[in-house]
Amino acid sequence: MKSSTFIKRIPLLILGILLKSLTAGAQQMTPSNFSFGSREALTWVLFGFLLALFFAALVLKQKVNDIRDGYKKKAEDEQTNELKEHSRKLNSKQISKLLDYKERNRRNKTGISVLILLLTTAISILPTSSLVAQSTGKPNASSLLSETGVLITIVLLLIPILAAIILLIVKVVNALNQTKNRQNLEMAEKLANYLRSLPEEEVNTELKRRKAALDYRLNHQELAGTQPAEDEKGLLQINSQPGLPIVALKKKALQRPGIDPELSRLILWYLGCATFWLLFGTTIGEYLGIKFVAPDADHVSWLSFGRLRPVHTNAVFWGWASLGMLGLGYYVVPRVSNTKLANINYGWYALWLINAAVILGTICLMAGINNGGGEYREYIWPVALLFAIGVVLTLVNFLQTIARRTTKEIYISNWYIIASIIFAIVITVVAYVPYWQNGLGETIIQGYYMHQGVGMWFMLFTLGIVYYFLPQQLNKPIYSYSLGILAFWTQILFYTLIGTHHFVFSSIPWWLQTVAIVGSVGMVIPVIAGTTNFIMTFKGAWYKIKDSYTLPFFLVGIIFYFTGSMQGTAEAFRSTNLIWHFTDFTVAHSHLTMYGIICFFLWAGIYAIIPRITGREAPQITIGAHFWLALIGLMFYTIPLMYGSTMKGLLWMEGKPFIDGVVLMAPYWLWRAIGGSLMWLSHLFFAYNMYKMMAGRYMVDVRETAIQNLDDSTNTVQPIA
Amino acid sequence: MELFDNHKKLFGTAAIFFIGLTILVAIMPAIRNQDNNQPLPGAVELSPDAVKGKALFIANGCVACHTQQVRNVDMDKMWGTRPSLAADYADNHRTDFWRNTATLMGTERTGPDLTDIGNRQPSKDWNLVHLYNPRIVVKESIMPAYPWLFIIKEEPSKSDIVVNVPSQYLDGKEGKVVATKDAMYLIAYLQSLKQTKLPDGTAAPAFLYKREEKKVAGATGSEPDGKAIFTANCQSCHQANGEGLPGAFPPLKGSPVVLGEDLEKYVDIIMNGYDARAEFGVMPPVGTNMQFTEHEVAALINYERSSWGNNGKKVTPDEVKKIINFVKLKAAK
Repeated sequence: MKSSTFIKRIPLLILGILLKSLTAGAQQMTPSNFSFGSREALTWVLFGFLLALFFAALVLKQKVNDIRDGYKKKAEDEQTNELKEHSRKLNSKQISKLLDYKERNRRNKTGISVLILLLTTAISILPTSSLVAQSTGKPNASSLLSETGVLITIVLLLIPILAAIILLIVKVVNALNQTKNRQNLEMAEKLANYLRSLPEEEVNTELKRRKAALDYRLNHQELAGTQPAEDEKGLLQINSQPGLPIVALKKKALQRPGIDPELSRLILWYLGCATFWLLFGTTIGEYLGIKFVAPDADHVSWLSFGRLRPVHTNAVFWGWASLGMLGLGYYVVPRVSNTKLANINYGWYALWLINAAVILGTICLMAGINNGGGEYREYIWPVALLFAIGVVLTLVNFLQTIARRTTKEIYISNWYIIASIIFAIVITVVAYVPYWQNGLGETIIQGYYMHQGVGMWFMLFTLGIVYYFLPQQLNKPIYSYSLGILAFWTQILFYTLIGTHHFVFSSIPWWLQTVAIVGSVGMVIPVIAGTTNFIMTFKGAWYKIKDSYTLPFFLVGIIFYFTGSMQGTAEAFRSTNLIWHFTDFTVAHSHLTMYGIICFFLWAGIYAIIPRITGREAPQITIGAHFWLALIGLMFYTIPLMYGSTMKGLLWMEGKPFIDGVVLMAPYWLWRAIGGSLMWLSHLFFAYNMYKMMAGRYMVDVRETAIQNLDDSTNTVQPIA
Repeated sequence: MELFDNHKKLFGTAAIFFIGLTILVAIMPAIRNQDNNQPLPGAVELSPDAVKGKALFIANGCVACHTQQVRNVDMDKMWGTRPSLAADYADNHRTDFWRNTATLMGTERTGPDLTDIGNRQPSKDWNLVHLYNPRIVVKESIMPAYPWLFIIKEEPSKSDIVVNVPSQYLDGKEGKVVATKDAMYLIAYLQSLKQTKLPDGTAAPAFLYKREEKKVAGATGSEPDGKAIFTANCQSCHQANGEGLPGAFPPLKGSPVVLGEDLEKYVDIIMNGYDARAEFGVMPPVGTNMQFTEHEVAALINYERSSWGNNGKKVTPDEVKKIINFVKLKAAK
């Protein structure tokens, strides 16, 4: 019995350690303010505790029932049924032993004990494993965070009680198991007798047939047959040079027929310009990051931090992300409407106008012409007007295209895309019309504008793109149309409200701040709906990720869509505002979202369509470099920044001198610059990939050319353009 | 559903939904705030110079790092005597035909808040040096330098405002640094940033999320940290090594005021500022601005008397309290 008591103690020991580490964890969490109210937490602990007890009771009840059934006097036929049942469940080995036995028995009628031994050992092995299984559920009860000393005391008090209860349960279960084993032994005895008494012919027919069935094995040629393999339909892509690949070989994009060459040209121009602005904007951003570490890098007024910062944000917003989205939109909108684009010229005008706006805006900002310092609204109105006209032209163009659609329904992508363009126009008008911009009016509009710009223009449009490209790349329909619709309307309802959460604790009316916080919490609904929809679309097709170089971009985008957006909700609360507001946490958050979500989705879409349009693909190794540098760079950028700014916020709350916070941030700003450099490097790879996809030098295709040579009477080598 | 298959109805509905919400949460509150708030009676309008300075502040994107809002939370107490009110921003109107209103509340505090900088750091000399290159006076600062607001002259005329810049910050150039008009405009704007006093009888809104109150003196170890007070309020001029900046800010190391017997003068300078020596800049009334208690002043004095090789007599809060009351009366006269 000594070894068994030791075994009994192991789960207890584990439990004790687990519980202690959990409470220690809870104590360490205390400085952060994300507490549930302590009474709530107490209820949770009690609830968890009761739940664990309830489960234990259920388990015990089950055991007791088992044993009671065993002791019940059974009717004779019921018992024989049970024995028959057992004999039917014998496995092949057991049957063969039984047959052997019968054979031998016929000859010398001995050797009965072997079978009994076999059966009893087999059965006695079964119930030992149940001891360890149940110790895992319980400690979770106390894992909820809390910070009051009272609660910790209660938890500490609960530990011995809990331990006692668990010990009790283990003892009871053990006793019950022993009883059960005794029953099993009796049963085995009966079964052996029963088997011994089986009539000869039954053994020969029934059991032998059963044994044959159990012994059946596939010969692995049932489906293939014996004929040699043949790929009659050209479905296989065989890599004939296996060698030692540096990167995994991914599937090539399939050529898609029927894209209007005019439209293709327009899309390529949009995406090409977008790439330029990405490079330009992030070069500026990279330089700004360096200035945090080396503030005296230059003393040129046009390059000073305050002037360059809006240059960076506006160039990546209106240059890169907007043009990138629109370029993909020009592909998606006619495609899902199953018709031609209404007016290709409008597309070109919009492209020129938007590019002009970003160029002029950049020059203005560097020259010190600034609309008033409101973020993302730094372009003065004549510049913003160019952008707005471009967007209006796009709206007209897309609406006309949709009006001519040959499908009955409007595919959900177009809901998102058109709505985002309408909203962008509304937002711009609200932001630039001067009638409500005096005093605090300006700040209220600013909060509204900067958040709607992000959430209604970039996020909504990009979601529309994902709703098209993700199913296309997975080659299966979107999981749920209804979830998409739910997310659409709830996004409008909640997102519109949240602007002023950038001004929590400011002199903006308290109720308006509260509305913004409530709206931020409401954003949980569209975000979870959207994420679920995308992830469930992946369901059953996860294996495709390893074969595709676009799907990893989608996956990262989806992950950040969830985490980034939820982080936004977490940041909006008053308690978290105390720590994080005004710190670089906001900067980290905006990069997690604008970069993690928007950029990764855009890249996914771009890598998905350009090869289909041009027939050229970028080298896999540089696509991989782009992906990993961007992802790792983003992590290096954001995580140290979030950690450092949390420390800084706590330092501010303690009332420490301001300069201490600057000193504290220095290493994290350095990490940010390093992460930023990796991100910037990834954009160089992206630009190279764009070049390869759009204008890569044409390599003479030996097979293609050989065939043409046969056709060609002049017999000259001529690459096909 | 018909709504979903008809593009006019679908996008019309979405647009109306969005515009409706926009009017409710943005336009109407904005109009109400703009119409219902008036500048406080004591508010001073920006001078023409300060208006030009504000334009420079906007043009150079200073708002990227400097907020101008004292939030109604305890941790913001260091930036002003009361939380900012809607009325504080009521006098901001559209800048001109091309440019929008600039309330400049800001969303990032990479640098200090500037709501009350005119009171906290009124010294023109300090601001000019700091603007030329912040690291001359605050080594750890990451604020950009603004040398283009200055010119270097071999022989400045009498009317020129010469800034005392140590030679290693001149990038090898010879001559004297002279502030341009733009630099003076910007400083005029910074000096104009002062929290307006509320009219008598009006209670300021409370600061929320209070830290645990500092325990009242008596018990050992509960005195405020003199070094932290020095870092936050004095160090940017007198420097961490107590040596000041030659030609701009006097040293405290070996200073007769710090080490001398005249405690009244010492406390008076801390509370009410000092402008008795022409070769140095004007010292603002730091103690009054920051509402120092006798415990804080005593801690500060004890820190200054025991640092950088200084070895002066320690003071108690009780001694200081009497003098504070006395110099307050004197200042009121």
